[in-house]
Amino acid sequence: MRIQVNGRPREVNATTLEALLRELGYEDQKVGTAVNQEFVRDRDREQIVLREGDAVEIVTPRQGG
Amino acid sequence: MTGADPLTFYGAPMRARLLLGTARFPSPAILAEAIRAASCEIVTVSLRREAGGSRAGESFWSLVRETGVRVLPNTAGCRTAKEAIATAQMAREVFETDWIKLEVIGEEDTLQPDVFGLVEAAKALAADGFKVFPYTTDDLVVAEKLLDAGCALLMPWAAPIGSGRGLNNPFALRALRAHFPGVPLVVDAGLGAPSHAAAVMEMGYDAVLLNTAVSRAGDPVMMARAFAGAVEAGRLGYLAQPMTPRDMAEPSTPVIGRPFGAEPDKLRC
Repeated sequence: MRIQVNGRPREVNATTLEALLRELGYEDQKVGTAVNQEFVRDRDREQIVLREGDAVEIVTPRQGG
Repeated sequence: MTGADPLTFYGAPMRARLLLGTARFPSPAILAEAIRAASCEIVTVSLRREAGGSRAGESFWSLVRETGVRVLPNTAGCRTAKEAIATAQMAREVFETDWIKLEVIGEEDTLQPDVFGLVEAAKALAADGFKVFPYTTDDLVVAEKLLDAGCALLMPWAAPIGSGRGLNNPFALRALRAHFPGVPLVVDAGLGAPSHAAAVMEMGYDAVLLNTAVSRAGDPVMMARAFAGAVEAGRLGYLAQPMTPRDMAEPSTPVIGRPFGAEPDKLRC
């Protein structure tokens, strides 16, 4: 399935957000997630089913002003 | 200056009146040293897309946690209320705080807040339990709307972000201070020199938030110390109630008894 991850098109096998994080190697990192600009809580990621064309954001802490 | 001169942000007592951004420092070590030199207790942080496997986010986050300061996550770069709301929600989970520095940017050249999106996002976030720190213009009417939306403090700009211009519109900043005497007001953005910080503190502002002025200085640590001193001096200057300026001179040395002058009493004898 082809989706957008952090603004870039990507072919993925995962069908849920939780599985996507595992597939991309983020399972042991504290990250924030949103799908199609809607926030998804950590504990809800397993229930979020990904669909073709979805835009997923995966973010971490960074310097800011 | 706690006790005699208390300051609270959403009920949390603050000792320091200088808040520091964490971006654009030459190195993480210099950032950590600048935080200490500024004696600040709040730093701003952000969320960014994880760059595949770099784990840069984790090392930055552990550095900030080691300094022991409180974090104020921002929604920097968000262009719509929807983006800002989703970013705030992610920040609450990642940073484990309900504080959010709300930015909704409306114009590229000035990074001026989109005040309509800002008020909309502030309303939604305040209703969702966030303690919103809105980065706003110096517009009085917008300030009213933000307070109505549930913000308990305001962060007006002095000049565009990163410009170092200082106080573009002192009149507007004074007007905000006069209209909202009980609301914590923090000048955020545009300050370049310690004297700018002293000036806003002398107006009665409660605190200042800096980033570029410190991080891009030749010596960021020394500049952090300089700003900390300026903020404290400005605050003391405000509390001490400055004299009223006059157009004409008034001698500060007593006139009576000066040499070569006629002594009024003796002339009468």
